[in-house]
Formats: sequence, structure tokens, C-alpha cells
Amino acid sequence: MSKKSFRQAVNEALRDEMRRDSRVILMGEDIAGGMGAAGEQDAWGGPLGVTKGLMPEFGRERVLDTPISESAFIGAAVGAAATGLRPVADLMFIDFMGVCFDQILNQAAKLRYMFGGKATVPVVIRTMFGAGFRAASQHSQGLYPLFAHVPGLKVVVPSSPYEAKGLMTQAIRDDDPVIFCEHKAMYDDQEDVPDEPYAIPFGEANVTREGDDVTIVAIGRMVKFANEVADKLGKQGISCTVIDPRTISPLDRNTIIDSVEETGRLVVVDEASPRCGMAADIAALVAQDAFKALKAPVRMVTPPHTPVPFSAALEDIYIPGVPRIEAAVRAVAGQA
Amino acid sequence: MAGEITALTMPKWGLAMTEGKLVAWNVAEGTPVAPGQPIVEIETEKITNVYEAPAGGVLRKCVAVAGDTLPVGALIGVLADPSVSDEDIARFIEEFRAEAPETSAAEAEAVRVASVTVNGRPIQYLKMGDAGGIPLLLVHGLGGDLNNWLFNQPVLAQKHTVYALDLPGHGGSTKDVGGGDIGAMTAAVVGFLDALSVDRAHFVGHSLGGGIALSAALEHPRRAATLTLISPVGLGSEINVDYIDGFIQSERRKEMKVVLGRLFAKPEIVSNEMVNDVLKYKRLEGVKAALSTIARAIFRGNKQGFIVRDRLSEISAPIQIIWGEQDAIIPSSQVAGLPASVSVHMLAGVGHMAHMEQPQEVNKLIERLVTSS
Repeated sequence: MSKKSFRQAVNEALRDEMRRDSRVILMGEDIAGGMGAAGEQDAWGGPLGVTKGLMPEFGRERVLDTPISESAFIGAAVGAAATGLRPVADLMFIDFMGVCFDQILNQAAKLRYMFGGKATVPVVIRTMFGAGFRAASQHSQGLYPLFAHVPGLKVVVPSSPYEAKGLMTQAIRDDDPVIFCEHKAMYDDQEDVPDEPYAIPFGEANVTREGDDVTIVAIGRMVKFANEVADKLGKQGISCTVIDPRTISPLDRNTIIDSVEETGRLVVVDEASPRCGMAADIAALVAQDAFKALKAPVRMVTPPHTPVPFSAALEDIYIPGVPRIEAAVRAVAGQA
Repeated sequence: MAGEITALTMPKWGLAMTEGKLVAWNVAEGTPVAPGQPIVEIETEKITNVYEAPAGGVLRKCVAVAGDTLPVGALIGVLADPSVSDEDIARFIEEFRAEAPETSAAEAEAVRVASVTVNGRPIQYLKMGDAGGIPLLLVHGLGGDLNNWLFNQPVLAQKHTVYALDLPGHGGSTKDVGGGDIGAMTAAVVGFLDALSVDRAHFVGHSLGGGIALSAALEHPRRAATLTLISPVGLGSEINVDYIDGFIQSERRKEMKVVLGRLFAKPEIVSNEMVNDVLKYKRLEGVKAALSTIARAIFRGNKQGFIVRDRLSEISAPIQIIWGEQDAIIPSSQVAGLPASVSVHMLAGVGHMAHMEQPQEVNKLIERLVTSS
């Protein structure tokens, strides 16, 4: 066990699974890099270096640099998965998903169903999301609720390096298409990550803090902010449970409902746009299944319903942070 | 005089503990306390326990109050003789606060797990204390690890060198358990002592670890100075295999919480953090296979397969047995009919984890046996 970054954790899971299973291949733009250039053959490892070092170990047969055509290589990955490989395709930015929606939501998500369970599509689509990178509105979105909306897809939003490694391992071993969403501002986060391979089951929320007064459900990068708020308010007499769903599809409804039945108060924190998003989805779930337990209205902490601003000052206030989460928790606890 | 003043500081229970929350003082300011008296309840992310007075004196000042969360090593109160003036107490607190941060950081740094190679495979261990004399060796049970001794090792280390290890298949040790039988486990434990050049040790074993201690004492009589066995395997056929199966098979938080609850007389002691730690361990590649191998090798059907109660008389080292009356994993009735040379301590209101549920009592019993022999 040693401290590893989120980047290293994902890299380690990819490496372990490629060693274990020769059907696992990687595809994407510049995931090795250096193709066609003299000299350095492992130049990039993707735009933020996550796959660096894998091409030298596994070769260009299994680490494929693709043309800049998402619709083509995502379609190829889905086809390869349907015919026996286990591809991990790197779609770079979640913002680019639009050009390959047919491949994802009509093909990958539907094949198993359309063939009566006789076909499987064990593809993983890795993609970066999230604001805070000064990358403007076309490279900063948190579009994962779009995929949670589509039956047949599994959607993972890891909240830490430990989580990333175990969930990536499970994503690759899973027989269904998985959209694996990595927050680009988290790659340098560090924590203890075991050296051994391990898989975290899907549909099993993590409870990172346990308290009696307020349930905070937070997604992805928001989990560490929620933890911070829970630790701070715990010292001031408001004790919070923090739930990290890990996978937004499947969603571990029971852990959320059980907790709200104990606390009676819910704050949902999500970095995706508020309309038709996970915060609204979870709020609706609780309103329907745990209404009698609620002692206060549910609060959603999300960005405003706008594109992500390029202005640094505006981007900073766009992202839900500790102060807004704290204010929401105080409000539901009646201590605003 | 500084010698008459004792600082009460936030204890460090387990490697992961960085801070603790003061739940309640059990004694009021101005009350005399005896050494070892439980005086304050402290809650960590993992567990709640009582802190015992490290010395006698009057509780002159509660520096921290209920609800305070403080880092390990921070001052929570002051014990002193009534003759010490209030001014001296105030000065002591001021000086302590000025010096404290560095001390606690250095202490935290000093406690680190290490690893040693035994038969070509890594065994992780934690050494605490530096006293001469025969060291103590703490051996956990099936599915446990060296952190199970979090309330025992630091206390016992005040007077002894104390080793706690992770058995093969557990914690940070190799996941290769060989045949997984008592013999293989015993070889790993004795090999660990060899690797550290420890000739003899006071064995303290819990559950499976108790069986290993018995086996080590039978196979290598010279190595065991004394045996303290807490709810050990090896004394009767009955064992709760539902628990064993549940522990090995459960992969989800909710199930695991119920399973772990069976270990304790009061299941509430099982915190979310404890469940998360067990799940993290169980997810590691090789762990499930290792635990299954051990369980298959040690239990026969739904009974224990390693029973040595008829051979206890062959062991010349003093043996004491500590058992929780409400042990739901291995029934405490197995102490009936043991040779008179074996001293038995039955603890009321305690389940399978006496060393965690009543650490003060267990520590006292271990200390007494170790010192008297």
C-alpha cells in the first residue's frame, strides 16, 4: 500500500487488467502518442498522461492510437466488444460524446437487449469531465446524467484514487457497456491505494461519514467537499452522513433511502447541470419513497443552469463548493 | 514541580487514528482518580473506548470538554497532586500547548508498520515499545489484522516490547497461505519470530490466533513463555460456521455490518469505518481465496478440526484463557473441564472480541501473567 494519485490508480487498474486478460485493449486519441514521429513512441499517454507507460508494455497491437474521429473509434470499440474483445476506449472529453451518440445509446446500450441476452458489449468508455480547468464551456461539462438516462449503460463517477482503481477494475470485468467519468481536476489527488488488484461492486454506495442529522449525497469530486463540510459541522453539533453513490447507474437507492429514514434531511450535491440531473433524480426518489421521514425540504446544491463560464472568477463561483454545501446543510438542519 | 503533574492526552488507537472526539468525562474536575481508572470516553471514526488514567492524582483540570475533537497527542486534561498550585497547573498547560504539536507528530511518525520476509513471503508487523525482557506477540483471528490490538498494544508497550503481526492471508501480509492449516500458520508465526531473532515470546492469541499460539507452544515448547488465549479455537468442536461463511461471502456494506455485529455483545460497536476497512481488505485480490482455504483447512464441515484440549498438560508455559460470556462465534462453555493449571477469566457482557470490548480488563490480565512468570 502506498500513496498514489488518481492518475496512477486508473493506470494501475488498466495495467493489471491488461496483464490478466489479453482481450483487454485500449483505443483513443494519443493514448500512446508519438505515432508517426521519429524517436519517442510513448509520448503522451493521453492528454493528461493516464495511459502513459502502457504502450511500451503491451505494444501498439493493444494500445491503439486512433484518428480524431470519435464516431469511428467508439463504433469500432462497440463492435470489437460485441465480437469478443474488452476494449477501453478513451473519449478524452465527455463534451465530445455528442458525435457518437448513436454508437453509444442505440448500439452499445441496446445490443444485449435486442439479442435477447445472447450478445454482450463489454466496452468501457473512459472520459474526462468537470469544471475548474479553465477549459471553457465545450471542455468542462458534467454530462454524465445523459448516460444515466439511457437503460443499458452503467455509469461510474469515482470520487477518489482508491475508488477509481477498484471501479475501473470492475468496469473492465463487467459485461455491460460502462461510461467511466473521471474528473479532470482530480488526477493529482492522492491517497493510500493498495498495490494488489481489487474490484468495487457496482450499485453499492460508499458511506464516507456517518451521522444522525443530515444525509448528504454527493457525486464524484463533490464527495470530498461534502466530507469537509461533514467534518466541520460535526464539531459544531450537526452530524452528517455522506453517501457517495459511486455508480449513478445502477444507483444504490436503498442506502440513500435508509439513511434519509434515519436523518430526515437530505442535501444532494452534484456538479452536473441542475435540470434533469442526478440531484433532481435523487431528490425525486426520496420525495417518493421517504417522504414521511423528511423533516425539511430537500436541498439541491448544483451549478446554475448555464454553460460553464470561461472567466476564471465566474467558473469558480459556478462550481458547488464547501460554503454552498455548508449553507444548504445548515438550512435543512434549521441553523441557517 | 513538574513531576507531580501528569498530562492526559488524546490517545492514538490504531494506525489510522489522527484525532478523537471527547464524548464524556466519567469523573468531575477536582475528583481523585486511581491509576488505570477509566476517566474519559473517546470516540474515533472507528470505535468508542474509555481512556484510563495513566497515573493517580486529582483531576485538576478538564482542558477539553465533551464534543471537542482534538488531534492525537493534544492535551485533554491534567492530573496532579492537590498540593500543586493552580498557577503551576495553568503554567503546565501553557507550556504543554507551546510544545505539543512537534511531540505528537514525532510520536505518530514512530509508529509504523514494517515488513519482514518469512519463507520468501512478506509478513507485515507492528512493533511497539522498547523494553528489555521477553517480548509479547499478538496474533489476531480469522479475517482480523494487527489493528485488532489497537487498545492493547500501546498499553502493553509501556512496559514491554510488543509485536503484532498480520497472519498470511491477512492485512498487509502475503495472500499466499499455503495449505492454510494450523501447521502452515504456526510455521509462519514461528518463522516470523526467527526472522526477528526473537527466541521466546509471551503469546497472546485471539480465536484462530489462539489456536496458532497453542500449536506453537506444542510444537516449539521453548518459544512460548506464557499463553494468553482469547476465545481460542482448539478447545472444542463447536463454532459458528454461519459467521465464518457470512464473513467470507459478504461483499456489501449492509450484510457485512450484520455479520461483524455477531462478533460483539453490543453490535452497535461496529462503526461504518470498521465495515469499510473490512470490505477494503476483502476486495483485495487473493483474500477471498485465502480465507476460504484457511476455513476449509481448519474447520471440518461445521465443526472445528483442530482440537488439542487433551494435550494442554504437555504445555509447560502458564496458560490463561479469557472468554466473553456472550461469545456468539465460539461458545464460552468450552472452558468447562479444562485442567486446573489453566486459569480461566470469564468476562460478562462481552462477545467474541474481549480485547476490543473490555480492553482494560484484558490488558490487566495479560500484564499480570507476563509479569508473574
